[in-house]
Amino acid sequence: MVAIQLFNEIRSIFRNTPTFALVLETLLLIAVIWLLLHRRGGGRRRRLTKEEEDSIIASYEPEPLVEDTDPNHPLLRTRIVQSRVGKRIKVDGHECLNLGSHNYLGFLEDQEILEDACKSLRKYGVGSCGPRGFYGTMDVHLDLEDRIAKFMDLEEAIVYSYGFSTVASAIPAYAKRGDIIYVDEAVNFAIQKGLDASRSTIVFFKHNDVEDLERLLLEQEKRNQKNPKKALKTRRFLVAEGIYMNTGEICPLPDLVALRQKYKLRLFVDESISFGTLGKGGRGVTEHFNVDRDEVDLISAGMEGSMGTIGGFCVGSHFIAEHQRLSGLGYIFSASLPPMLTQAAISALNRFEQNPEIFEQLQSKAKSLHQKFSNFSKLRLRGDALSPVKHLYLAEPAVNFEAELKLLTELADKCISQGVAIVQAAYLQNRERVPVRPSIRIAVNRLLDDADITSAFEVIEKVSQSLL
Amino acid sequence: MYIGYFNINWLMNTEKGHVNCSNYCTDSNGYHFRIRSLRRKKEKISHNTKQLFLLLQSPTSTNYHPDKKTIFNGAIFGKHQEECKPNQAEGKLSPELEHHQKTSFEEVPLHTACLTYLGFYLLMILGYINQLLFVPKVATEKNREGYVALYDAFESFYSRYVYRRVKDCWNRPICSVPGDELTLKDRVTDDYGWSFKFTGTETRCLNLGSYNYLGFAAAAGRCADESEERARNDGLAYCSSRCELGDNEQLHELESLTARYFGVEDAIVFGMGFATNALNLPSLLGPNCLVVSDEKNHASIILGLRLSGATIKVFKHNNMRDLERVLREGICYGNPKKGGTPWNKIMVVVEGIFSMEGSIVRLPEIIALKKKYKAYLYLDEAHSVGAMGSHGRGVTDYFNVNPKEVDILMGTFTKSFGSAGGYLAGSKKLIDFLRTNSHAHCYAGSISPPIAQQILTSMKTIMGEDGSDTGRKKILQLARNTRYFRRRLAQLGVITYGHEDSPVVPMLVYLFSKIGAVVRTLTTRHIAVVGAGFPATPIMEGRIRFCLSAAHTKEQLDYALEVIDEIGDDLGLKYSRKPRDANPIEY
Repeated sequence: MVAIQLFNEIRSIFRNTPTFALVLETLLLIAVIWLLLHRRGGGRRRRLTKEEEDSIIASYEPEPLVEDTDPNHPLLRTRIVQSRVGKRIKVDGHECLNLGSHNYLGFLEDQEILEDACKSLRKYGVGSCGPRGFYGTMDVHLDLEDRIAKFMDLEEAIVYSYGFSTVASAIPAYAKRGDIIYVDEAVNFAIQKGLDASRSTIVFFKHNDVEDLERLLLEQEKRNQKNPKKALKTRRFLVAEGIYMNTGEICPLPDLVALRQKYKLRLFVDESISFGTLGKGGRGVTEHFNVDRDEVDLISAGMEGSMGTIGGFCVGSHFIAEHQRLSGLGYIFSASLPPMLTQAAISALNRFEQNPEIFEQLQSKAKSLHQKFSNFSKLRLRGDALSPVKHLYLAEPAVNFEAELKLLTELADKCISQGVAIVQAAYLQNRERVPVRPSIRIAVNRLLDDADITSAFEVIEKVSQSLL
Repeated sequence: MYIGYFNINWLMNTEKGHVNCSNYCTDSNGYHFRIRSLRRKKEKISHNTKQLFLLLQSPTSTNYHPDKKTIFNGAIFGKHQEECKPNQAEGKLSPELEHHQKTSFEEVPLHTACLTYLGFYLLMILGYINQLLFVPKVATEKNREGYVALYDAFESFYSRYVYRRVKDCWNRPICSVPGDELTLKDRVTDDYGWSFKFTGTETRCLNLGSYNYLGFAAAAGRCADESEERARNDGLAYCSSRCELGDNEQLHELESLTARYFGVEDAIVFGMGFATNALNLPSLLGPNCLVVSDEKNHASIILGLRLSGATIKVFKHNNMRDLERVLREGICYGNPKKGGTPWNKIMVVVEGIFSMEGSIVRLPEIIALKKKYKAYLYLDEAHSVGAMGSHGRGVTDYFNVNPKEVDILMGTFTKSFGSAGGYLAGSKKLIDFLRTNSHAHCYAGSISPPIAQQILTSMKTIMGEDGSDTGRKKILQLARNTRYFRRRLAQLGVITYGHEDSPVVPMLVYLFSKIGAVVRTLTTRHIAVVGAGFPATPIMEGRIRFCLSAAHTKEQLDYALEVIDEIGDDLGLKYSRKPRDANPIEY
């Protein structure tokens, strides 16, 4: 029965199709078969005999595993920290005022947080001995996720065990091959790696330049109109940092949100620096601009800055954040954050909530440091006044970046020996998307007072004048 | 008695409030193991006599129970501590043959394979019907109308309608040290896995799930004391990368100790094991490089290779003939993207112990091949470091291979050392290169002082530099536990994968639903284990993984084995058709 029906069906197809279509299809079929066979036979070169293979193998000379490293490479020489990190720090034998560690709120010196962490150590031990899926989830992890979500007034948070891997795992959890990601050209290296892992098409726009972004979006809009089918499947993302690690500038969030709405993008903001520093309550760049947090699709942040511990988190709506529990590679396949460090993050959040005045203190310190440090005669300051991270560049550029780095390193060394710890920002110039201009990265600490800022200014000014 | 037990078991399952088991009893596979258990009951007389026989012969009956407060807390060593041989060199057979003989990958019985597929597809079909009829209880996107859908349809279907059925078996929260025992926070679901609620109760379980191979996870004792002291002296973090203001003497000490531990020139350490692979492989490889990677390699390696832009060729798991074929073809035919020009370099990437297979890499043969074909070898010892070899130095130690023969030794501190982080070890030239090219070294925060201290203390203990033989005892205990547990499991008639000496013991249960059933049933019997199913394993090879630890005592293992024996009959886990060893296994 079925066979007869099928036969009739096929016959009717043949009858109803015009002849030219049949001919065309036959030709197509032949072409496909030819291509397949051709690929198999001729695509690869002729098979070699065993003797030929052996001789090729014998003559094969691979490159060495790694190239020789210049023993004077700037990254080989690191500074040794010899004390607990705080407002003051001992570096290479010199007692210094600390303008280098990203300990914005001074929580590394907080005895209460330390006590809580030690208590946690006595309950859970040091390591978690497993990924989150396999008995590595401790109640402190759930607590922390809950607390972050509540603090940010969002539905769900997800905690990673390494700051770098947070955003680097979050981006490829959503963006896949064929998608388009619009990114500020100054984004930090972790974001760049996340973009690489996503295999999406990456479009860079000029740093904090909303017009440039809109121009690129309009271009894409035109392409979309030409190929609306493809546009229906192409997810479009916008990635920015709250405060840029590499420039110290704040992103123009309201404009980005407007473009997000207009062009239907999904906006990811990395708040590694801005979380716990910007806004009245430390809730980051959204609070700073008074933007509804639902307008941002995902907020990620490292806990290695203002929170004074290790790890990172992503926070957003349940719909968005929950997805990472099955797709965030750094979340699934890594051991969970050691419980004592998780506890330290919870205690840091306690402090955030109990003493919201710390954020204003930090911001006023950042402002007064900004004001003071704008007056260097040989160095140029970059960064937002409110930002706790600022960059000092040479006012007069040297011949190349290498020479600049050398000068800045010397400057930092001399400042350290005179009691002010500043440090040149470390970049892998050969691995960055484009080489980054060397600078001294200043990190503001809430505990600095005006006298500290003045004395630091004087030391750096004196050294830079004698050196440059 | 048997039927009574069966009912009580399910009753406990629901009463205890883990997950409503109707969830999987009503689905396709529930039917399957009901039938099996009925058939088993027919065999019960013969089986029970056999069990009685075993009971009489070997001291399996034990007073141990995780719920009772026992004195067996921490590593207490057997009285008749004998020199067992963690080293593989026992002579007689050629090393390759011996390795082969000790590695078991028993084939699945045909009908089980068919049922597994059938069960899986039934699950999928039921899921689709479910999706058609009911609105899923999940959050939907608000305020994003007209956007391109964020998620792949199949992915969300799979997690909602297949994975959800067994969701309670993963991500279980604990509230204790993940030592030889752990405390589970009980949770229930009223809506078939969409959401969970805590009941406020706790369950003390024997821990066969954590990667605590040498039993260094502890909240008291030397490691914890020294870590706390370090935290009090140096704080919790540096808030800076190694290349800025995050470097310190402790990390230098850790690096030189790590190098000494493995007997190589130098080492570099990072704060996260996953990142050690994912952020360093890209520095070592470039676009014109060929990577020959074992098919069972870990996700972190795969991510690292993907980021590197190198061409990746996969060879069959631990199959030397296939590896040789891939290497030969690679050299002879060159880079096809560049018209067959020779590769800049070829790197073989393998793991020491494969975490899902429980197999041990065939290192001596790989080294021979690598030399023959002038390739470089990257060995990921995440699971094997500490757990293998008479000195705990990993698979190089186990096979008595000079560690310098391996170009890059990688491993984590999460597992055997009970801490967090990872290392790369090798020649000074390699490590210097990494110090100037590693992403993690330059950009990521440096290791927290108490975390680094835990590694230092545990590593020194293993090396015996603390002046005691604790480390040596732990290594012996683990080797002994491993052999005993694996042999006893084989005797029970379940199928286990991997090498006799590997402390990662996957027990095959095949069916997707059985993973859930076994994990839940074992929890009611106070044993915490890990289940793994698709997509972590092939669809057909759902498995339960036991991770042994030096902290386990014989009593604890006997208790676990006894329970596995019982539930193995109920749930039909005794798939093995190999002849069983009727003699009692000596501990």
